[in-house]
Amino acid sequence: MAEATSNRKFRVIGTRPIRHDGVDKVTGRAKYGADYSFPGMLHGKVLRSPHAHAVIKSIKVDKALKLPGVKAIITADDLPEAPNKMQQAGEMAINPSHLSRNILARGKVLYDGHAIAAVAATSPHIAEEALKLIEVDYEVLPPVMTVEAAMKPGAPILIPDLRNNEEGDKQTNVAQHMQFKRGDLDKGFKAADYVVEREFKTAMVHQGYIEPHNAVAIYNNDGQATIYCSTQGAFDVRSLSAQVVGVEPGKIKVVPAEIGGGFGGKTTVYLEPLALALSKKTGKPVKLVMTRSEVLRASGPTSGSTIKIKMGCTKDGKITAAQVWMAYEAGGFPGSPVVAGAMCILAPYDFENLLIDAYDVVVNRPKTAAYRAPGATNAAMASETVLDELAEKCGIDPLDMRIKNGVKEGSAHPAGPPYKRIGYIQTCEAIKNSPHYKSKLEGPNRGRGVATGFWFNAGMQSSATVNIHADGSASVVTGSPDIGGSRVSMAMITAEVLGLEVTDVRPLTADTDSIGHTDVTGGSRVTFATGMAVYEAAQDAVRQLRERAAKLWERKVEDVEMKDGKLTAKGNGVPPMSVKEIASKLGRTGGPITGRASVNARGVGAAFAATCVDVEVDPETFKVQILRCTVAQDAGKAIHPSYVEGQMQGGTAQGIGWALNEEYIYDDKGILRNSGLLDYRMPTCLDLPMIETIIVEEPNPGHPLGVRGVGEVSIVPPPAAVANAIYRAIGVRMTELPMSPPRLLKASLKRGGAADAHSAAAD
Amino acid sequence: MKKVLVEANINGETVEFLCEARQSLLETLRDVLNLTGSKEGCLTGDCGACSVMVDGRVVCSCLMLGAEAAGKNITTVEGLATGNQLHPLQQKFLENAALQCGICTPGFLVAAKALIDKNPNPSEEEVRYALAGNLCRCTGYDKIVRAVIEAAKAVKSGAAESRAGAR
Repeated sequence: MAEATSNRKFRVIGTRPIRHDGVDKVTGRAKYGADYSFPGMLHGKVLRSPHAHAVIKSIKVDKALKLPGVKAIITADDLPEAPNKMQQAGEMAINPSHLSRNILARGKVLYDGHAIAAVAATSPHIAEEALKLIEVDYEVLPPVMTVEAAMKPGAPILIPDLRNNEEGDKQTNVAQHMQFKRGDLDKGFKAADYVVEREFKTAMVHQGYIEPHNAVAIYNNDGQATIYCSTQGAFDVRSLSAQVVGVEPGKIKVVPAEIGGGFGGKTTVYLEPLALALSKKTGKPVKLVMTRSEVLRASGPTSGSTIKIKMGCTKDGKITAAQVWMAYEAGGFPGSPVVAGAMCILAPYDFENLLIDAYDVVVNRPKTAAYRAPGATNAAMASETVLDELAEKCGIDPLDMRIKNGVKEGSAHPAGPPYKRIGYIQTCEAIKNSPHYKSKLEGPNRGRGVATGFWFNAGMQSSATVNIHADGSASVVTGSPDIGGSRVSMAMITAEVLGLEVTDVRPLTADTDSIGHTDVTGGSRVTFATGMAVYEAAQDAVRQLRERAAKLWERKVEDVEMKDGKLTAKGNGVPPMSVKEIASKLGRTGGPITGRASVNARGVGAAFAATCVDVEVDPETFKVQILRCTVAQDAGKAIHPSYVEGQMQGGTAQGIGWALNEEYIYDDKGILRNSGLLDYRMPTCLDLPMIETIIVEEPNPGHPLGVRGVGEVSIVPPPAAVANAIYRAIGVRMTELPMSPPRLLKASLKRGGAADAHSAAAD
Repeated sequence: MKKVLVEANINGETVEFLCEARQSLLETLRDVLNLTGSKEGCLTGDCGACSVMVDGRVVCSCLMLGAEAAGKNITTVEGLATGNQLHPLQQKFLENAALQCGICTPGFLVAAKALIDKNPNPSEEEVRYALAGNLCRCTGYDKIVRAVIEAAKAVKSGAAESRAGAR
């Protein structure tokens, strides 16, 4: 479908224009969800469980209702009972019972911070005071905090009616067991000269978006509702809120505000149904905003995990077999990304014999939500460090190890037909040839590590319209909330096709009334799928413009083409006409022109990244300093290179935080002890160096411009890359995340002796 | 609860407002004065999204009371541009793609302005140190640091130009 885009010359695509929403964002004018206010608006606050695991015996709200300024209180009794089976809510498959119970607990609380009731009052302070007056009687149960504890026979059961696909009618905390098998595992291990077997534990981490969740709902007197919120998917907010509150989705309009970060964590709902239900009860607009503590305790972090991996290779470094046992924390309700993790863990390597057992396990932690390549980072920590060990045993450069075993066009893909054109090996080679990798790293307690990563990327549904205005400018309307600068790329694609300047195209992210169904901004799909819809909508406008020009010139449509940004008639006699020139004539020649397209995007291109990191480990404090970092990623075709670089750098920074310091710390009662940004320690400006980026372009044949999604995969390699670097720095193979100073100290002492670069080489 | 009458200078204008004693400066700016450019990220002074300048010093407005603004000079992100002219920091952020979601940007701009007001020629390390109180989750800070260094140079050469013009 796509010509090799490296051969095409583009006028706009590949340049770096200033984003259209930029001025609003640097002046403070841009409206994020919490910036909305309406006359008569009430403020909501949520009462949350102080226990990790308990039965709710009773909830009494009468004292709270009497507090002056309190207008309404809701509990699960105000929501319809929801069926306990997978069903469609709009375009998503969900379990309505689990979703509803996560929004407001019914019968049991399953994690510290689990929502129990919501209050609407005339000020947020009064609402907060009212929470203290709500009386809840709990029967506290023992908390189950790890996958090991949850899977033990006799473990306390979180969800009494939870059953899995294997244990029949037995009560269990294992929501699902999935197995992947290929080839002959025993034969594969017998053929191996070296075998490495390790067990990894990774801690639960949060997406860490700086903007807390928010929602403003207006349930109008005619039963029509509007929700303003910062979300990655307005259409999903519509279907999920409708499902939870028991309102028809067709009566809800969702307006996506500007969003202050999502990374997957804002693809579901928490506050929107509460705001909607409170607005319905009070007849007033209701606004809810989470505090940071609520965000950490009660939104959707990603799974901590236990991964046991055994990998074998021949002495010249060819992988012959791999076996994996992996269990991921789902949180209080089923749905960890363990299956995605299982499909990613061996995806970059071309070999035959494997067996993977993947377990989705409920524990008394918040229900996990998507976090940038969900499941893959945990997995890569295991596979990419074990591969590093095998490379060392074989005496092979770690990048050569990946290149030797790397998938290419035609190799088996974990989830479908074989890979089409991909850039895995090219990203490895890009790092190998980089100034960073070629440079010498000298000094004690310093080491260099590399790792690679895979992510599927998504296609899914997007709609777009392109309006040609009488003055020759255009607007491009999509339903994809812009979380990273994507709207400028939409304008660039439109400008390219129509021969316009990018400043003559206005991009807009529309509400759910103003654009056709569009799936969530996530899965690295916006520039790919919404970009595809925009491209096709612009081409649709071109078709109509050609017809109009043909009419004006009294020629056949087939004789009119769009060439070098102008409408051109074959042969001589008619000077070419720009879109600007014909735009003023549209009204008199048939009416306005709008191009439109809706796609269920096929032809997704797989994403690969390779990361190289230099570290220095302080021999006394075991603080790890990142000295230098380079990431190479295959973007297919970079529409706006600055924003592609931005995705690569941002994902890398999150991966480094995941590697070194970020973790959920619960006490023995299951209470979260670090629910603030001081102790949930994310990287600051001072913790990171400049992040060098290498954009590899192996065009994706499935996209008209060769685009491959770039938003996620850069988060996958860093923990393994940092672990491999730490090994070379101080001779310790880390198998736990995060590799924080106390853990490095412990591992170092266990290994015996102080950190020493020389003994590292002998290990 | 009786409100407090406060007079302060905000972004160069004398402003008089009423706020509750318990309202933070951040809440007062956003909910009383409709200056929603300063953002709430953590309410514990750890993320810097609420950064404003108080008498030339960077402060987390979530850690200060609205009533404490009395008699002070407050600068928020809304006060950085001069009419239609963006401050070089704002311009360089745009040119360098130093923002993705943009929620941390107001805080960074204020903290960066406070830095280059005091240190017109900061090194990369000085920039990183000064901005360590502002968290960004989207960019990995690379393009932000580049933008601040470029802006400092632009301010310096702009000041040199206006000095030259004045002669």
